[in-house]
Amino acid sequence: MALEIIESCVNCWACLPLCPNQAIIQAEPHFLIDAGKCTECIGEFRDAQCVSICPIEGAILDELGEALNPPGSLTGIPPGRWAAVRAEIAAR
Amino acid sequence: MDLPVIDSSPTASGGCAAGSCGAKSGQMDGLTDAIRARVADHPCYSEDAHHYFARMHVAVAPACNIQCHYCNRKYDCANESRPGVVSELLSPDQAVRKTLAVAAAIPQMSVLGIAGPGDPLANPERTFETFRQLALKAPDIKLCLSTNGLMLPAHIDELAKHNIDHVTITINCVDADVGAQIYPWIFWQNKRIHGREAAAILIWQQQKGLEMLVARGILVKVNSVLIPGVNDRHLREVSKTVKAKGAFLHNVMPLIAEPGHGTFYGVMGQRSPTPAELKALQDDCAGDMNMMRHCRQCRADAVGLLGEDRGAEFSLDKIEAMEIDYEAAMAVRAELRAQVSADLAAKRAKEEAQRAAVVPQLIEFQPRAEKPAGRPVLMAVAAKGGVVASHFGHSREFLVYEASSTGARLVGHRKADAYCSGEENCIDGDSLLGRTIKALEDCEVVLCARIGIEPWGRLAAAGIQPNGEHAMEPIEEAAMAVWHEMLAAGKLAPEKTEAKRA
Repeated sequence: MALEIIESCVNCWACLPLCPNQAIIQAEPHFLIDAGKCTECIGEFRDAQCVSICPIEGAILDELGEALNPPGSLTGIPPGRWAAVRAEIAAR
Repeated sequence: MDLPVIDSSPTASGGCAAGSCGAKSGQMDGLTDAIRARVADHPCYSEDAHHYFARMHVAVAPACNIQCHYCNRKYDCANESRPGVVSELLSPDQAVRKTLAVAAAIPQMSVLGIAGPGDPLANPERTFETFRQLALKAPDIKLCLSTNGLMLPAHIDELAKHNIDHVTITINCVDADVGAQIYPWIFWQNKRIHGREAAAILIWQQQKGLEMLVARGILVKVNSVLIPGVNDRHLREVSKTVKAKGAFLHNVMPLIAEPGHGTFYGVMGQRSPTPAELKALQDDCAGDMNMMRHCRQCRADAVGLLGEDRGAEFSLDKIEAMEIDYEAAMAVRAELRAQVSADLAAKRAKEEAQRAAVVPQLIEFQPRAEKPAGRPVLMAVAAKGGVVASHFGHSREFLVYEASSTGARLVGHRKADAYCSGEENCIDGDSLLGRTIKALEDCEVVLCARIGIEPWGRLAAAGIQPNGEHAMEPIEEAAMAVWHEMLAAGKLAPEKTEAKRA
Protein backbone atom coordinates (compact mmCIF):
# COMPACT_ATOMS: atom_id res chain seq x y z
CA MET A 1 0.00 0.00 0.00
CA ALA A 2 1.87 3.03 -1.28
CA LEU A 3 1.52 5.99 -3.57
CA GLU A 4 3.84 6.73 -6.47
CA ILE A 5 5.23 9.97 -7.95
CA ILE A 6 5.79 9.84 -11.71
CA GLU A 7 7.73 11.85 -14.27
CA SER A 8 5.28 14.75 -14.59
CA CYS A 9 6.40 15.88 -11.11
CA VAL A 10 8.02 19.35 -11.32
CA ASN A 11 10.18 18.97 -8.18
CA CYS A 12 8.42 21.82 -6.36
CA TRP A 13 9.12 20.41 -2.87
CA ALA A 14 5.58 21.11 -1.64
CA CYS A 15 4.91 17.51 -0.63
CA LEU A 16 8.21 16.69 1.02
CA PRO A 17 7.85 18.46 4.39
CA LEU A 18 4.21 17.38 4.73
CA CYS A 19 4.76 13.62 4.67
CA PRO A 20 4.15 12.22 8.17
CA ASN A 21 6.37 9.22 7.36
CA GLN A 22 9.30 11.00 5.66
CA ALA A 23 8.58 8.75 2.69
CA ILE A 24 9.24 11.37 0.03
CA ILE A 25 12.71 11.41 -1.43
CA GLN A 26 14.27 14.34 -3.21
CA ALA A 27 15.61 12.87 -6.45
CA GLU A 28 16.35 13.70 -10.08
CA PRO A 29 14.72 13.90 -12.53
CA HIS A 30 11.76 13.89 -10.16
CA PHE A 31 10.88 13.22 -6.53
CA LEU A 32 10.07 9.68 -5.43
CA ILE A 33 8.05 7.93 -2.72
CA ASP A 34 9.66 5.22 -0.62
CA ALA A 35 7.04 2.48 -0.92
CA GLY A 36 8.30 0.91 2.28
CA LYS A 37 7.50 3.99 4.32
CA CYS A 38 4.34 5.32 2.62
CA THR A 39 1.09 4.61 4.51
CA GLU A 40 -1.07 6.76 2.21
CA CYS A 41 -1.57 8.76 5.42
CA ILE A 42 -4.21 6.30 6.60
CA GLY A 43 -4.79 6.79 10.31
CA GLU A 44 -2.99 10.11 10.24
CA PHE A 45 -4.90 12.42 7.92
CA ARG A 46 -8.22 12.33 6.13
CA ASP A 47 -6.44 12.81 2.78
CA ALA A 48 -2.95 11.81 1.68
CA GLN A 49 -0.87 14.93 2.27
CA CYS A 50 1.25 14.80 -0.87
CA VAL A 51 -1.87 14.35 -3.00
CA SER A 52 -3.57 17.26 -1.25
CA ILE A 53 -0.91 19.86 -2.06
CA CYS A 54 0.51 18.57 -5.36
CA PRO A 55 -0.19 21.19 -8.07
CA ILE A 56 0.31 18.85 -11.02
CA GLU A 57 -2.55 16.73 -12.29
CA GLY A 58 -1.59 13.10 -12.76
CA ALA A 59 1.77 13.31 -10.98
CA ILE A 60 0.79 11.02 -8.08
CA LEU A 61 -0.75 7.58 -8.62
CA ASP A 62 -2.43 5.19 -6.23
CA GLU A 63 -1.40 1.54 -5.93
CA LEU A 64 -3.60 0.66 -8.90
CA GLY A 65 -1.84 3.22 -11.07
CA GLU A 66 -4.80 5.61 -11.11
CA ALA A 67 -4.11 9.38 -11.06
CA LEU A 68 -5.25 10.79 -7.73
CA ASN A 69 -5.58 14.29 -9.16
CA PRO A 70 -7.07 13.51 -12.58
CA PRO A 71 -6.97 15.91 -15.56
CA GLY A 72 -8.99 19.08 -14.96
CA SER A 73 -9.36 18.49 -11.22
CA LEU A 74 -6.77 21.10 -10.14
CA THR A 75 -6.61 23.66 -12.93
CA GLY A 76 -10.29 23.65 -13.83
CA ILE A 77 -9.27 23.41 -17.49
CA PRO A 78 -11.60 20.90 -19.20
CA PRO A 79 -9.63 17.84 -20.39
CA GLY A 80 -9.11 18.13 -24.11
CA ARG A 81 -9.17 21.91 -24.15
CA TRP A 82 -5.46 22.24 -23.38
CA ALA A 83 -4.64 19.60 -26.00
CA ALA A 84 -6.73 21.49 -28.55
CA VAL A 85 -5.00 24.78 -27.74
CA ARG A 86 -1.58 23.14 -28.03
CA ALA A 87 -2.50 21.62 -31.38
CA GLU A 88 -3.67 25.02 -32.58
CA ILE A 89 -0.40 26.66 -31.49
CA ALA A 90 1.67 23.90 -33.15
CA ALA A 91 -0.23 24.40 -36.42
CA ARG A 92 0.66 28.12 -36.62
CA MET B 1 28.75 61.67 -10.43
CA ASP B 2 29.48 58.75 -12.67
CA LEU B 3 27.33 55.81 -11.85
CA PRO B 4 28.82 52.52 -12.93
CA VAL B 5 27.32 51.77 -16.29
CA ILE B 6 24.68 49.09 -16.28
CA ASP B 7 24.59 47.41 -19.62
CA SER B 8 21.10 47.62 -21.05
CA SER B 9 21.78 45.44 -24.05
CA PRO B 10 19.15 42.80 -24.57
CA THR B 11 19.52 39.82 -22.27
CA ALA B 12 17.42 36.74 -22.03
CA SER B 13 14.35 38.65 -21.01
CA GLY B 14 13.09 42.04 -20.04
CA GLY B 15 12.38 41.09 -16.48
CA CYS B 16 10.75 43.23 -13.90
CA ALA B 17 9.92 43.67 -10.28
CA ALA B 18 6.79 43.23 -8.32
CA GLY B 19 6.93 46.73 -7.00
CA SER B 20 5.81 50.21 -7.68
CA CYS B 21 6.76 53.72 -7.23
CA GLY B 22 5.90 57.28 -7.98
CA ALA B 23 7.90 59.29 -5.53
CA LYS B 24 6.85 62.60 -6.96
CA SER B 25 3.59 64.25 -7.88
CA GLY B 26 1.34 61.23 -7.64
CA GLN B 27 2.40 58.16 -5.78
CA MET B 28 3.94 59.37 -2.57
CA ASP B 29 1.95 62.46 -1.75
CA GLY B 30 0.19 60.74 1.09
CA LEU B 31 3.33 59.38 2.72
CA THR B 32 5.00 60.56 5.86
CA ASP B 33 8.64 61.60 5.74
CA ALA B 34 9.48 58.56 7.85
CA ILE B 35 8.06 56.19 5.23
CA ARG B 36 9.73 58.10 2.40
CA ALA B 37 13.06 57.66 4.14
CA ARG B 38 12.47 53.93 4.55
CA VAL B 39 11.72 53.38 0.87
CA ALA B 40 14.26 55.87 -0.54
CA ASP B 41 16.56 53.16 -1.88
CA HIS B 42 13.96 50.49 -2.64
CA PRO B 43 13.38 50.32 -6.39
CA CYS B 44 10.05 48.52 -6.00
CA TYR B 45 8.62 50.96 -3.49
CA SER B 46 9.96 54.30 -4.70
CA GLU B 47 9.63 55.59 -8.23
CA ASP B 48 12.67 57.81 -7.83
CA ALA B 49 14.73 54.93 -6.48
CA HIS B 50 13.93 52.65 -9.39
CA HIS B 51 16.02 54.77 -11.73
CA TYR B 52 19.11 54.29 -9.55
CA PHE B 53 18.80 51.18 -7.42
CA ALA B 54 18.68 47.53 -8.34
CA ARG B 55 17.06 44.53 -6.72
CA MET B 56 17.27 40.82 -7.02
CA HIS B 57 15.03 37.91 -6.24
CA VAL B 58 16.44 34.56 -5.16
CA ALA B 59 14.40 31.54 -6.17
CA VAL B 60 14.58 29.54 -2.93
CA ALA B 61 10.83 28.99 -2.49
CA PRO B 62 9.51 26.43 -4.97
CA ALA B 63 6.47 25.15 -3.08
CA CYS B 64 3.11 26.85 -3.24
CA ASN B 65 0.01 26.43 -1.12
CA ILE B 66 -2.59 27.87 -3.47
CA GLN B 67 -3.43 27.75 -7.16
CA CYS B 68 -4.11 30.96 -9.08
CA HIS B 69 -5.78 30.87 -12.49
CA TYR B 70 -2.99 33.03 -13.97
CA CYS B 71 -0.20 30.65 -12.90
CA ASN B 72 1.07 27.37 -14.30
CA ARG B 73 3.58 25.57 -12.09
CA LYS B 74 4.94 23.52 -14.98
CA TYR B 75 6.24 26.44 -16.94
CA ASP B 76 9.90 27.43 -17.03
CA CYS B 77 11.34 29.34 -19.95
CA ALA B 78 14.30 31.72 -19.86
CA ASN B 79 12.67 33.93 -22.46
CA GLU B 80 9.47 34.28 -20.55
CA SER B 81 9.26 37.15 -18.14
CA ARG B 82 6.49 36.49 -15.66
CA PRO B 83 6.27 36.21 -11.91
CA GLY B 84 6.33 32.57 -10.92
CA VAL B 85 8.82 31.62 -13.62
CA VAL B 86 12.45 30.77 -12.81
CA SER B 87 15.27 28.86 -14.46
CA GLU B 88 17.25 27.60 -11.51
CA LEU B 89 16.11 26.72 -8.01
CA LEU B 90 18.57 27.67 -5.26
CA SER B 91 19.28 26.29 -1.81
CA PRO B 92 19.57 28.94 0.92
CA ASP B 93 23.39 28.65 0.85
CA GLN B 94 23.47 29.09 -2.92
CA ALA B 95 21.07 32.02 -2.68
CA VAL B 96 23.29 33.76 -0.15
CA ARG B 97 26.36 33.27 -2.32
CA LYS B 98 24.51 34.57 -5.37
CA THR B 99 23.24 37.63 -3.50
CA LEU B 100 26.74 38.52 -2.29
CA ALA B 101 28.14 38.05 -5.81
CA VAL B 102 25.50 40.25 -7.39
CA ALA B 103 25.84 42.91 -4.71
CA ALA B 104 29.58 43.02 -5.40
CA ALA B 105 29.17 43.24 -9.18
CA ILE B 106 26.22 45.66 -9.12
CA PRO B 107 26.75 48.21 -6.34
CA GLN B 108 23.27 49.66 -6.97
CA MET B 109 21.91 46.44 -5.41
CA SER B 110 19.93 47.60 -2.38
CA VAL B 111 17.20 45.00 -1.98
CA LEU B 112 16.98 41.23 -1.78
CA GLY B 113 13.52 39.80 -2.18
CA ILE B 114 12.08 36.31 -2.02
CA ALA B 115 9.09 35.98 -4.26
CA GLY B 116 8.88 32.36 -5.25
CA PRO B 117 8.64 30.74 -7.71
CA GLY B 118 6.05 29.37 -5.28
CA ASP B 119 5.18 31.22 -2.09
CA PRO B 120 7.96 32.17 0.36
CA LEU B 121 5.81 31.32 3.37
CA ALA B 122 4.96 27.88 1.97
CA ASN B 123 8.75 27.29 2.27
CA PRO B 124 9.42 28.89 5.65
CA GLU B 125 12.63 27.01 6.50
CA ARG B 126 14.32 27.84 3.18
CA THR B 127 13.08 31.43 3.18
CA PHE B 128 14.05 32.29 6.76
CA GLU B 129 17.42 30.52 6.56
CA THR B 130 18.26 32.72 3.55
CA PHE B 131 17.20 35.87 5.41
CA ARG B 132 19.08 34.83 8.56
CA GLN B 133 22.38 34.40 6.74
CA LEU B 134 22.03 37.56 4.68
CA ALA B 135 21.22 39.73 7.69
CA LEU B 136 24.61 38.66 9.05
CA LYS B 137 26.69 38.80 5.88
CA ALA B 138 25.23 41.82 4.07
CA PRO B 139 23.52 43.95 6.72
CA ASP B 140 23.21 46.88 4.31
CA ILE B 141 20.91 44.96 1.96
CA LYS B 142 17.21 45.39 2.68
CA LEU B 143 15.21 42.17 2.92
CA CYS B 144 11.69 41.83 1.66
CA LEU B 145 9.26 39.19 0.54
CA SER B 146 6.19 38.84 -1.58
CA THR B 147 3.45 36.43 -0.53
CA ASN B 148 -0.07 35.32 -1.30
CA GLY B 149 -0.78 35.91 2.39
CA LEU B 150 -2.25 32.53 3.29
CA MET B 151 0.44 31.77 5.89
CA LEU B 152 1.21 35.36 6.94
CA PRO B 153 -0.48 35.29 10.35
CA ALA B 154 1.29 32.04 11.23
CA HIS B 155 4.76 33.47 10.43
CA ILE B 156 4.37 37.05 11.53
CA ASP B 157 6.71 36.82 14.52
CA GLU B 158 9.42 35.11 12.49
CA LEU B 159 9.15 37.87 9.87
CA ALA B 160 9.51 40.60 12.45
CA LYS B 161 12.45 38.76 14.03
CA HIS B 162 14.43 38.76 10.77
CA ASN B 163 14.11 42.50 10.46
CA ILE B 164 12.12 42.33 7.28
CA ASP B 165 11.09 45.86 6.55
CA HIS B 166 8.85 45.47 3.52
CA VAL B 167 6.25 42.86 2.63
CA THR B 168 4.14 42.66 -0.50
CA ILE B 169 0.83 40.78 -0.36
CA THR B 170 -0.97 39.86 -3.56
CA ILE B 171 -4.62 40.67 -2.89
CA ASN B 172 -6.85 40.30 -5.93
CA CYS B 173 -10.17 40.52 -4.11
CA VAL B 174 -11.89 41.04 -0.78
CA ASP B 175 -15.05 39.19 -1.85
CA ALA B 176 -15.09 35.38 -1.87
CA ASP B 177 -17.44 35.26 -4.87
CA VAL B 178 -14.85 37.15 -6.90
CA GLY B 179 -12.09 35.03 -5.36
CA ALA B 180 -13.77 31.80 -6.44
CA GLN B 181 -13.20 32.90 -10.05
CA ILE B 182 -9.47 33.46 -9.41
CA TYR B 183 -8.40 30.70 -7.01
CA PRO B 184 -9.51 27.12 -7.74
CA TRP B 185 -8.02 25.74 -4.51
CA ILE B 186 -5.85 26.29 -1.48
CA PHE B 187 -4.01 23.89 0.85
CA TRP B 188 -5.17 24.68 4.36
CA GLN B 189 -4.85 22.73 7.60
CA ASN B 190 -3.83 19.49 5.88
CA LYS B 191 -6.63 19.58 3.32
CA ARG B 192 -7.10 20.80 -0.22
CA ILE B 193 -10.07 23.17 -0.18
CA HIS B 194 -11.84 24.27 -3.35
CA GLY B 195 -14.04 27.07 -4.58
CA ARG B 196 -15.67 29.82 -2.56
CA GLU B 197 -14.65 28.33 0.79
CA ALA B 198 -11.00 28.40 -0.30
CA ALA B 199 -11.26 32.02 -1.42
CA ALA B 200 -12.94 33.03 1.85
CA ILE B 201 -10.14 31.50 3.95
CA LEU B 202 -7.44 33.08 1.77
CA ILE B 203 -9.05 36.54 1.94
CA TRP B 204 -9.44 36.26 5.72
CA GLN B 205 -5.78 35.31 6.20
CA GLN B 206 -4.59 38.06 3.85
CA GLN B 207 -6.53 40.77 5.66
CA LYS B 208 -5.47 39.47 9.06
CA GLY B 209 -1.86 39.29 7.91
CA LEU B 210 -2.02 42.85 6.58
CA GLU B 211 -3.30 44.12 9.91
CA MET B 212 -0.64 42.22 11.86
CA LEU B 213 2.19 43.55 9.66
CA VAL B 214 0.98 47.13 10.00
CA ALA B 215 0.67 46.68 13.78
CA ARG B 216 4.35 45.69 13.83
CA GLY B 217 5.43 48.68 11.77
CA ILE B 218 6.35 46.64 8.69
CA LEU B 219 5.63 48.46 5.43
CA VAL B 220 3.04 46.69 3.29
CA LYS B 221 2.54 47.04 -0.43
CA VAL B 222 -0.45 45.33 -2.01
CA ASN B 223 -0.25 43.85 -5.49
CA SER B 224 -3.42 43.19 -7.45
CA VAL B 225 -3.75 41.53 -10.82
CA LEU B 226 -6.29 43.30 -13.02
CA ILE B 227 -8.45 40.62 -14.66
CA PRO B 228 -11.02 42.12 -17.04
CA GLY B 229 -14.53 40.90 -16.31
CA VAL B 230 -13.44 39.19 -13.07
CA ASN B 231 -12.14 41.81 -10.63
CA ASP B 232 -11.84 45.01 -12.68
CA ARG B 233 -14.87 46.62 -11.08
CA HIS B 234 -13.92 45.25 -7.67
CA LEU B 235 -10.36 46.58 -7.35
CA ARG B 236 -11.44 50.06 -6.29
CA GLU B 237 -12.96 48.43 -3.21
CA VAL B 238 -9.77 46.41 -2.67
CA SER B 239 -7.76 49.63 -2.84
CA LYS B 240 -9.96 51.37 -0.26
CA THR B 241 -9.98 48.36 2.04
CA VAL B 242 -6.21 47.84 2.12
CA LYS B 243 -5.58 51.55 2.53
CA ALA B 244 -7.93 51.64 5.51
CA LYS B 245 -5.95 48.79 7.06
CA GLY B 246 -2.65 50.58 6.60
CA ALA B 247 -1.07 49.38 3.35
CA PHE B 248 1.05 52.25 2.04
CA LEU B 249 1.14 51.47 -1.67
CA HIS B 250 -1.13 49.69 -4.14
CA ASN B 251 0.25 48.15 -7.31
CA VAL B 252 -2.37 47.15 -9.87
CA MET B 253 -0.74 45.00 -12.55
CA PRO B 254 -2.17 43.73 -15.82
CA LEU B 255 -3.05 40.05 -16.16
CA ILE B 256 -0.55 38.21 -18.37
CA ALA B 257 -2.43 35.45 -20.19
CA GLU B 258 -1.37 33.69 -23.39
CA PRO B 259 -2.72 30.34 -24.59
CA GLY B 260 0.81 28.94 -24.76
CA HIS B 261 1.43 29.57 -21.05
CA GLY B 262 -0.96 26.76 -20.18
CA THR B 263 -2.63 28.73 -17.41
CA PHE B 264 -6.38 28.49 -16.85
CA TYR B 265 -6.91 32.05 -18.04
CA GLY B 266 -4.57 31.61 -21.02
CA VAL B 267 -6.14 28.37 -22.20
CA MET B 268 -9.72 29.52 -21.59
CA GLY B 269 -9.24 32.71 -23.59
CA GLN B 270 -9.44 35.22 -20.74
CA ARG B 271 -8.08 38.45 -22.19
CA SER B 272 -5.50 40.77 -20.61
CA PRO B 273 -6.39 44.42 -20.02
CA THR B 274 -5.26 47.10 -22.47
CA PRO B 275 -2.74 49.72 -21.28
CA ALA B 276 -5.53 52.29 -21.36
CA GLU B 277 -7.78 50.11 -19.16
CA LEU B 278 -4.95 49.63 -16.68
CA LYS B 279 -4.19 53.34 -16.51
CA ALA B 280 -7.88 54.20 -16.12
CA LEU B 281 -8.19 51.85 -13.15
CA GLN B 282 -4.96 53.11 -11.57
CA ASP B 283 -6.17 56.69 -12.00
CA ASP B 284 -9.51 55.72 -10.50
CA CYS B 285 -7.86 54.22 -7.40
CA ALA B 286 -5.33 57.06 -7.13
CA GLY B 287 -7.84 59.36 -5.44
CA ASP B 288 -7.81 57.14 -2.39
CA MET B 289 -4.44 55.43 -2.42
CA ASN B 290 -0.79 55.84 -3.36
CA MET B 291 -0.51 53.90 -6.59
CA MET B 292 2.60 52.26 -7.99
CA ARG B 293 3.15 52.82 -11.69
CA HIS B 294 6.61 51.48 -12.37
CA CYS B 295 6.15 47.76 -11.71
CA ARG B 296 7.68 45.48 -14.33
CA GLN B 297 6.12 42.21 -13.11
CA CYS B 298 9.49 40.54 -12.83
CA ARG B 299 10.45 36.93 -12.52
CA ALA B 300 11.11 35.28 -9.18
CA ASP B 301 14.82 35.18 -10.13
CA ALA B 302 15.18 38.67 -11.62
CA VAL B 303 18.48 40.52 -11.13
CA GLY B 304 19.30 44.16 -11.77
CA LEU B 305 17.49 47.43 -12.29
CA LEU B 306 13.76 47.16 -12.88
CA GLY B 307 13.17 46.63 -16.57
CA GLU B 308 16.37 44.73 -17.16
CA ASP B 309 17.25 41.21 -16.16
CA ARG B 310 20.88 40.26 -15.69
CA GLY B 311 20.11 36.89 -14.15
CA ALA B 312 21.98 35.05 -16.91
CA GLU B 313 25.26 36.65 -15.75
CA PHE B 314 24.90 35.08 -12.32
CA SER B 315 24.11 31.44 -12.88
CA LEU B 316 25.44 29.04 -10.25
CA ASP B 317 28.47 27.95 -12.27
CA LYS B 318 29.40 31.58 -12.99
CA ILE B 319 29.19 32.77 -9.38
CA GLU B 320 31.18 29.75 -8.30
CA ALA B 321 34.10 31.10 -10.32
CA MET B 322 33.87 34.66 -8.98
CA GLU B 323 36.35 36.05 -6.45
CA ILE B 324 34.58 38.45 -4.14
CA ASP B 325 35.87 40.88 -1.53
CA TYR B 326 32.72 41.31 0.56
CA GLU B 327 33.99 44.14 2.74
CA ALA B 328 35.18 46.20 -0.21
CA ALA B 329 31.92 45.59 -2.04
CA MET B 330 29.93 46.86 0.93
CA ALA B 331 32.04 50.00 1.09
CA VAL B 332 31.45 50.67 -2.62
CA ARG B 333 27.72 50.28 -2.10
CA ALA B 334 27.74 52.69 0.84
CA GLU B 335 29.57 55.30 -1.22
CA LEU B 336 27.22 54.92 -4.16
CA ARG B 337 24.13 55.18 -1.95
CA ALA B 338 25.40 58.35 -0.33
CA GLN B 339 26.04 59.87 -3.75
CA VAL B 340 22.63 58.90 -5.17
CA SER B 341 20.94 60.14 -2.05
CA ALA B 342 22.71 63.49 -2.37
CA ASP B 343 21.80 63.70 -6.07
CA LEU B 344 18.16 62.95 -5.34
CA ALA B 345 18.04 65.50 -2.53
CA ALA B 346 19.47 68.14 -4.89
CA LYS B 347 16.93 67.17 -7.54
CA ARG B 348 14.05 67.48 -5.09
CA ALA B 349 15.30 70.83 -3.83
CA LYS B 350 15.43 72.07 -7.42
CA GLU B 351 11.88 70.86 -8.07
CA GLU B 352 10.64 72.51 -4.88
CA ALA B 353 12.28 75.77 -5.86
CA GLN B 354 10.70 75.64 -9.31
CA ARG B 355 7.30 74.89 -7.87
CA ALA B 356 7.60 77.73 -5.39
CA ALA B 357 8.56 80.10 -8.20
CA VAL B 358 5.98 79.01 -10.76
CA VAL B 359 2.83 78.02 -8.97
CA PRO B 360 1.91 81.29 -7.21
CA GLN B 361 2.36 83.08 -10.49
CA LEU B 362 -0.21 80.87 -12.18
CA ILE B 363 -2.70 81.37 -9.39
CA GLU B 364 -2.18 85.09 -9.46
CA PHE B 365 -2.55 85.63 -13.17
CA GLN B 366 -5.06 82.96 -14.07
CA PRO B 367 -7.45 82.88 -11.13
CA ARG B 368 -10.37 81.37 -13.06
CA ALA B 369 -8.42 79.89 -15.92
CA GLU B 370 -10.63 81.36 -18.63
CA LYS B 371 -8.29 79.91 -21.20
CA PRO B 372 -7.65 76.23 -20.48
CA ALA B 373 -4.07 75.70 -19.41
CA GLY B 374 -3.62 72.95 -21.99
CA ARG B 375 -4.74 69.35 -21.85
CA PRO B 376 -2.56 66.54 -20.48
CA VAL B 377 -0.39 64.64 -22.98
CA LEU B 378 0.94 61.09 -22.65
CA MET B 379 4.58 60.73 -23.66
CA ALA B 380 6.55 57.50 -23.99
CA VAL B 381 10.18 57.84 -22.86
CA ALA B 382 13.14 55.64 -23.78
CA ALA B 383 14.76 56.17 -20.40
CA LYS B 384 17.72 55.03 -18.38
CA GLY B 385 18.80 56.32 -14.99
CA GLY B 386 16.09 58.99 -14.93
CA VAL B 387 17.14 60.65 -18.20
CA VAL B 388 16.09 60.39 -21.86
CA ALA B 389 18.83 58.01 -22.82
CA SER B 390 18.05 55.20 -25.24
CA HIS B 391 17.89 54.67 -28.98
CA PHE B 392 14.25 54.05 -29.92
CA GLY B 393 15.04 50.80 -31.68
CA HIS B 394 17.10 49.42 -28.81
CA SER B 395 14.54 50.12 -26.12
CA ARG B 396 12.97 47.11 -24.49
CA GLU B 397 10.58 49.27 -22.56
CA PHE B 398 9.21 52.78 -22.41
CA LEU B 399 8.17 54.76 -19.36
CA VAL B 400 4.91 56.61 -19.92
CA TYR B 401 4.63 60.10 -18.45
CA GLU B 402 1.61 62.34 -18.36
CA ALA B 403 2.66 65.96 -18.92
CA SER B 404 0.22 68.70 -17.96
CA SER B 405 0.16 72.21 -16.54
CA THR B 406 0.90 70.73 -13.12
CA GLY B 407 4.06 68.91 -14.23
CA ALA B 408 5.10 65.51 -15.58
CA ARG B 409 4.35 62.32 -13.67
CA LEU B 410 5.01 58.67 -14.35
CA VAL B 411 1.77 56.84 -15.09
CA GLY B 412 3.00 53.52 -16.41
CA HIS B 413 5.42 51.59 -18.57
CA ARG B 414 5.15 49.56 -21.72
CA LYS B 415 7.26 46.62 -22.76
CA ALA B 416 8.66 46.49 -26.27
CA ASP B 417 10.81 43.93 -27.98
CA ALA B 418 13.97 45.69 -29.11
CA TYR B 419 13.44 45.18 -32.82
CA CYS B 420 16.84 46.47 -33.82
CA SER B 421 18.93 43.81 -32.14
CA GLY B 422 20.96 42.51 -35.05
CA GLU B 423 20.68 41.49 -38.62
CA GLU B 424 19.26 38.06 -37.97
CA ASN B 425 16.18 39.68 -36.49
CA CYS B 426 15.64 42.16 -39.27
CA ILE B 427 13.05 40.07 -41.05
CA ASP B 428 10.87 40.39 -38.01
CA GLY B 429 11.63 44.06 -37.58
CA ASP B 430 8.51 45.20 -39.33
CA SER B 431 6.04 43.35 -37.16
CA LEU B 432 7.99 44.11 -33.96
CA LEU B 433 7.90 47.81 -34.76
CA GLY B 434 4.19 47.46 -35.40
CA ARG B 435 3.76 45.86 -31.97
CA THR B 436 5.75 48.63 -30.29
CA ILE B 437 3.63 51.27 -32.01
CA LYS B 438 0.50 49.43 -30.91
CA ALA B 439 1.76 49.37 -27.30
CA LEU B 440 2.31 53.13 -27.45
CA GLU B 441 -0.90 54.00 -29.30
CA ASP B 442 -2.35 56.19 -26.57
CA CYS B 443 0.83 58.32 -26.44
CA GLU B 444 1.29 61.43 -28.56
CA VAL B 445 5.05 61.82 -28.23
CA VAL B 446 8.04 59.48 -27.99
CA LEU B 447 11.12 60.92 -26.29
CA CYS B 448 14.33 59.07 -27.15
CA ALA B 449 18.01 59.78 -27.59
CA ARG B 450 18.02 58.73 -31.25
CA ILE B 451 15.68 57.17 -33.75
CA GLY B 452 15.97 55.82 -37.29
CA ILE B 453 14.20 57.34 -40.29
CA GLU B 454 11.86 54.42 -40.88
CA PRO B 455 10.45 54.15 -37.36
CA TRP B 456 10.22 57.94 -37.30
CA GLY B 457 7.91 57.84 -40.31
CA ARG B 458 5.84 54.94 -39.01
CA LEU B 459 5.38 56.57 -35.59
CA ALA B 460 4.45 59.92 -37.12
CA ALA B 461 1.94 58.17 -39.38
CA ALA B 462 0.39 56.58 -36.28
CA GLY B 463 -0.04 60.00 -34.69
CA ILE B 464 2.92 59.63 -32.31
CA GLN B 465 5.52 62.38 -32.70
CA PRO B 466 9.11 61.17 -32.19
CA ASN B 467 11.42 63.63 -30.48
CA GLY B 468 15.18 63.13 -30.21
CA GLU B 469 16.08 66.64 -29.10
CA HIS B 470 16.29 66.03 -25.37
CA ALA B 471 18.89 63.31 -25.13
CA MET B 472 20.43 62.94 -21.66
CA GLU B 473 18.05 65.47 -20.11
CA PRO B 474 16.11 64.52 -16.97
CA ILE B 475 12.81 62.97 -18.04
CA GLU B 476 10.49 65.44 -16.33
CA GLU B 477 12.34 68.46 -17.72
CA ALA B 478 12.34 67.03 -21.24
CA ALA B 479 8.65 66.11 -21.08
CA MET B 480 7.67 69.56 -19.81
CA ALA B 481 9.79 71.31 -22.44
CA VAL B 482 7.97 69.38 -25.17
CA TRP B 483 4.61 69.99 -23.53
CA HIS B 484 5.25 73.74 -23.45
CA GLU B 485 6.30 73.67 -27.12
CA MET B 486 3.04 71.91 -27.97
CA LEU B 487 1.10 74.44 -25.89
CA ALA B 488 2.80 77.37 -27.61
CA ALA B 489 2.08 75.80 -31.00
CA GLY B 490 -1.63 75.64 -30.15
CA LYS B 491 -1.71 71.83 -30.14
CA LEU B 492 -3.22 71.41 -26.70
CA ALA B 493 -6.78 72.61 -27.10
CA PRO B 494 -8.93 70.57 -24.72
CA GLU B 495 -11.26 68.99 -27.29
CA LYS B 496 -8.45 66.93 -28.80
CA THR B 497 -8.21 64.91 -25.62
CA GLU B 498 -11.30 62.91 -26.43
CA ALA B 499 -10.22 62.28 -30.00
CA LYS B 500 -6.84 60.82 -29.00
CA ARG B 501 -8.08 58.90 -26.00
CA ALA B 502 -11.15 57.45 -27.67
